[in-house]
Amino acid sequence: MAALYEGYTLCGLVPDQNLSSSGIQGIEEERDRDHVVVTDSTRSVTLYKVSDQKPLGSWTVKQGQKLTCPAVFNSQTNEYVAVTDNKVIRIWKEDDILLDKAFKATVSSDVWKVHCTHGGEPVVLFQRGAVRLLDSLLAAPQQPIEEVLAQEETIRWSTIIVAETQQFIIITTEQKGEHFLYLQRLNPNSVQRYRLEREEPGLSPLSFSAIYKDKHICLLYLYPNGHMYQSVLSVRGLGTEEGVQALPLPRSLLLGLPVGDGQLEAASAMALDEAHVAVVGVPHPSAGGGKDFLCIWNTNFQTLQAGKEMAGKIYGQLWSYSNKVFIPHGKTLSIIPFECPKSSLASALGKLKHTKTEGELNQTCHTLRTTRKSQSTTNLTTDQVLELIKTAPVEEIQKEVEGFLTRSEFQDLQPSVGQLALTLVSRSLADPAFYSSSTLAQLVHTRCLCHSVCPDLVLLALEKKDYFLCQLCLQFFPDIPEAVTCACLKTRAEDKKKASAPSQLICPVGLHKAVLINEILQTPYSDTFLLPHLKDLSSQNVMLFLQYLQFLYLKYSQDAFPQMEGFRSPSLSQIMDWVCLLLDAHFTVLVMTPEAKGLLLNLHSFVKSQVRLVSELGKIEGSLQQLHKMKAKESIGQYSIEIIELF
Amino acid sequence: MGEFKVHRVRFFDYMPSAIRTMAFNSQTERLAVARADGAVEIFNFNDNFFQEKVIPGQDGRAIEALCWVGHRLFSAGLNGEITEYDLENLRPQYTVDAYGGPIWTISSNSQGTQLAVGCEDGTVKIFAILEERIQFQRNLNRHKGRIISLCWHPSSAQIAAGMTDMITIYDAETGQATRRLLVDRAMGASKNKEVVVWSVGYLSDHTIISGDSAGKVQIWNGLTGTLVRTYLVTKWDVLVLSVSKDESSVIAGTSEGTVIQFQFISSTLDQHDKEWVRTRTFRNHSHDVSALAHTDTAVVSGGMDTQLVVRPLLDKVEKNTQESALRKIAFPHRSLVGCAKKAGLLLFQFPDRLELWKLGESEGHGEQHTHTHTLGEDHICCSALSACGGWLAYSTVSSVRLYRIHVMISVSSSLQVPKLPKELRSVHQLCFSSDSSKLFASSCQSSVIVVAVSQQECRYLHTLKHKTVSTMLYRLHLLCASDDGKWLATANTDCEIHIYNLHKMKLHCMVPVYNSCPTTIAIHPVTNNLISVHADQQIFEFSLVQKEYTQWSRRLQTQGLLSLWLERDTPITHITFNPKNPDHIILHDTYMFCIIDQSLPFPELNAVLWNQMTLKNLPVSQRIGQSHAFKICKIFQHLMCVSLLEDLSLVVVERPLLDIMSQLPAPVRQKKFAT
Repeated sequence: MAALYEGYTLCGLVPDQNLSSSGIQGIEEERDRDHVVVTDSTRSVTLYKVSDQKPLGSWTVKQGQKLTCPAVFNSQTNEYVAVTDNKVIRIWKEDDILLDKAFKATVSSDVWKVHCTHGGEPVVLFQRGAVRLLDSLLAAPQQPIEEVLAQEETIRWSTIIVAETQQFIIITTEQKGEHFLYLQRLNPNSVQRYRLEREEPGLSPLSFSAIYKDKHICLLYLYPNGHMYQSVLSVRGLGTEEGVQALPLPRSLLLGLPVGDGQLEAASAMALDEAHVAVVGVPHPSAGGGKDFLCIWNTNFQTLQAGKEMAGKIYGQLWSYSNKVFIPHGKTLSIIPFECPKSSLASALGKLKHTKTEGELNQTCHTLRTTRKSQSTTNLTTDQVLELIKTAPVEEIQKEVEGFLTRSEFQDLQPSVGQLALTLVSRSLADPAFYSSSTLAQLVHTRCLCHSVCPDLVLLALEKKDYFLCQLCLQFFPDIPEAVTCACLKTRAEDKKKASAPSQLICPVGLHKAVLINEILQTPYSDTFLLPHLKDLSSQNVMLFLQYLQFLYLKYSQDAFPQMEGFRSPSLSQIMDWVCLLLDAHFTVLVMTPEAKGLLLNLHSFVKSQVRLVSELGKIEGSLQQLHKMKAKESIGQYSIEIIELF
Repeated sequence: MGEFKVHRVRFFDYMPSAIRTMAFNSQTERLAVARADGAVEIFNFNDNFFQEKVIPGQDGRAIEALCWVGHRLFSAGLNGEITEYDLENLRPQYTVDAYGGPIWTISSNSQGTQLAVGCEDGTVKIFAILEERIQFQRNLNRHKGRIISLCWHPSSAQIAAGMTDMITIYDAETGQATRRLLVDRAMGASKNKEVVVWSVGYLSDHTIISGDSAGKVQIWNGLTGTLVRTYLVTKWDVLVLSVSKDESSVIAGTSEGTVIQFQFISSTLDQHDKEWVRTRTFRNHSHDVSALAHTDTAVVSGGMDTQLVVRPLLDKVEKNTQESALRKIAFPHRSLVGCAKKAGLLLFQFPDRLELWKLGESEGHGEQHTHTHTLGEDHICCSALSACGGWLAYSTVSSVRLYRIHVMISVSSSLQVPKLPKELRSVHQLCFSSDSSKLFASSCQSSVIVVAVSQQECRYLHTLKHKTVSTMLYRLHLLCASDDGKWLATANTDCEIHIYNLHKMKLHCMVPVYNSCPTTIAIHPVTNNLISVHADQQIFEFSLVQKEYTQWSRRLQTQGLLSLWLERDTPITHITFNPKNPDHIILHDTYMFCIIDQSLPFPELNAVLWNQMTLKNLPVSQRIGQSHAFKICKIFQHLMCVSLLEDLSLVVVERPLLDIMSQLPAPVRQKKFAT
């Protein structure tokens, strides 16, 4: 779980009279993680050592001049770069005392911002969209600056991102209520223009944030209606055509944040890592309508992970460097350390890792919906469908639910799917003659359901011996309790085929059951909760199950069992874990059972071989570690023609 | 300086031959090394370990032992013959059959009057060393089993002979065996395997030291015939022993690649009685150490892994000096690659064949064109390829062959020129004039034979000779003709460089003698200055017109070369020039090539010699202030040749040591993790 820790104050603020702005223009990382440069909205730049909460130096421009962009630190030269009065670039070092005596150069066009990544060269972004490397700009400060943006198009936000070795400037602009995004690659320069999808009319994004992951740039933006979207931009294949034409930028809804009364005004969202977003200025879902909260949301599971109330007005500003959030509120600038451990179901629920990302999930649902779009006939609302479920025959329900699923947008689906499933299940329980397997399967397939929403579903499926539905539930529900898992297991085992003297190499259960057991083996669980339920299994069941596990183990260890694409099979460690669990739960009984003797001996030898394997692996660990350290040597052929340069 | 297109060539499969045995002559400080292919190399330990002579091998000549007698070098081998070498003309002077079957060992007495050889048939044969030849004297009493190792007592009265399972001490006068020392077999399972005494040492105090196939080094009292001490040093064989001149230290080489030192010292501080104590272990070889020499200051070792290792004993030399550095000599100190600059051809010289390759035009493979196998069993001693690529010449100790080559697009033909002038018989160095009209061959007695080569005939023109004051006539090991065809420079192993005027066909002048042997010489195509680089890494430039060292050369000598340059341990073996920029001199050793820019200042004595990285990171404007005359490139390693073609692209022939190592047989002992 992500966590917000106790914060501390870096400095006081001098906000505007009407509290509309915090008085801070920008915070930039300085030489290391412990130093930041804070630029206020008028005249001064201050260097802070974060851990000491104290200023190390401060520079102020003359009265009448105004800093128009946050100062950045160029770690290549250990110099600070800022812009005053839009046109004057100023560069100074830490030991320069007076800014007026430091280097300055006047450029021919208004500067929007200077961006600089750690270790990179500063990049100057002009208000009209042109981009220059600082060095090349200073070589001829009065060089003409081209206009990239259209008339009446203005920059709303910009940032710099390093993707592998390439620097990208991302600019968002607004033109007559439309929003655009420019992805500008530097060196070689190329630019691509995208058009953001329209939200409700009149709504402009409140904040943007961008991170680089998996060879893509993820852009995150928050609208006043609480919708947070994500757009993924490829950094490859850019630059073939100059992006005069604005491409539509596909987006996906990441979170629908609660907005309370009215709309969000000063709010901001910032991606902390792949799965976590820090949001400020949005109400806490369980704390009424107040908006002075800093929250961390997990976007994979759409869960609120941590929240903190901030005293005083929130300005909708947020920065984050090295696991610290910098947030101006009221009359102080606070630093709040946070932690976002890699979130997985394993940590929340049990042993299984959740590897699918939200993006993939959305995509599958999206395809599901589009394929069925053509079939929709009547347009019933949720309530109408719910009414229908209570009375109508199976076929009609199936048709209408299908139509409903096709029509609805993904973000609206979640609550209604739960309601639909609940109603269906309760009718089935009340009326033993009624059971709609395919509709339930369809609902489970949306992946908007989980066990806690509809706790009776799995048991119902078990009762009706609907193993396919069981399997789907086991596969898609992240939160099946151990008791239910055991119940499934028990049903499976009771249903065994009476194989006489099961040999080790013959699968002791039928194919369908094997598939189901495999699914059970892959469900998340935690030992402590599972163990008591396992004890309920009869020794016959345990024997059969162990035989099957033994069969799986042999299969794996014998022929390196090819993990077939699309075929969900448990991993070796999952098998071993279950063997251990079963033995733990039933060891005394098994020892007393004569038929189990051979099995136990076999399992003992497996354990021995595993222990040996691990100890042998441990022995060569040192050598293998060396492989990592080795530089991959380029292979040189017998003959090549190369170019070398001597200086 | 700019960019260079580089042909990076790795298809020269040069494979040095294993070192079989060696002998060190402490009077002349020369080390003779015999290789498995029968070649004998002479290294001058007084001149930076320069390999000054190579006597090419011969098929079927397997040398088992070498022995210096004064300035004379003898070898014996499994062909049953004793050979004395003509060290001036670099060929066997004569061979004598010992009539005892294969000879395993040869040893001379301290006066240098008698040679003893140990034969397969169990006899020790004594030969008298006469002037110009050796003469059989007599056999010592014959024993059953072969004689593997021999050592004379310094008084020349006794000989110790290592055999299987025992060591026999003979009285050299009477030929009778006086004592027999029985050597224990290995313990355990190999108890039934007989033990071979691979090497014996016989000290003045009648101590006998033996090394055997059971991995033992044993100290015996030769007077009483008793075993004093046994050191089990390896699970495999102790192959070779070497005793220092003062008899205070003995080194033993083993099959697992280690060299172990024993010293005659008192084991505790205040005790006076000394004993032999195992002291140091050197681990510089991956394979068998089959040859050892104990010089005054160093342990010299060689073996299966083909490298000659000079490991200074740190108690005998000053620490942290060039003298105390370990040296590994892996490649010959001469160029085995010929390059036809105009035609883009490469000639690779192997002991038994030549390979001619054409460089590719673009990315891809060079094409192999010709294989030339030698006729007969003599190995090749030198070869040359003309700049136009039309002529190829090579020589063995007994004959010279000249070929006319036609290189077509994918096929080539070579045609042996049938009638060569009779003067061209035994030569040490071959060189074509730059217009390919003449062939120069260094012949015996420091003379150069000039032969005109043309399509029609091959005609003898002249013999260039210089008058000499000394009686010894040293062999020419370097030849170099100027581009304009006017000059020919020659260098001999006595460090003399002579310049001949080819228009007048007579000696023009002699370069002042420097006390280190030139490793390569070249005449500048534009200025006609002679560049010479010596074994001690000094560089000189001599103006042929003015007959004096140039200003540049004088400045270089005044300022001095950087110690990093002087401490390099491989000699410069080739010099080329840049036809586009006369200021550039390109030279290389095994580990780097260097472009000397004569227009730039010399590096200050405290400057960084290898400053390419620094320059690369500097802005262009500041580079000029930081750069100096030595542009060193270490990208390519284990260089056999660096040359500049006419189209200004570099040819770099690499032979990575790792590739050589990978072709060796598996060592008996491999280092395993955590053992």
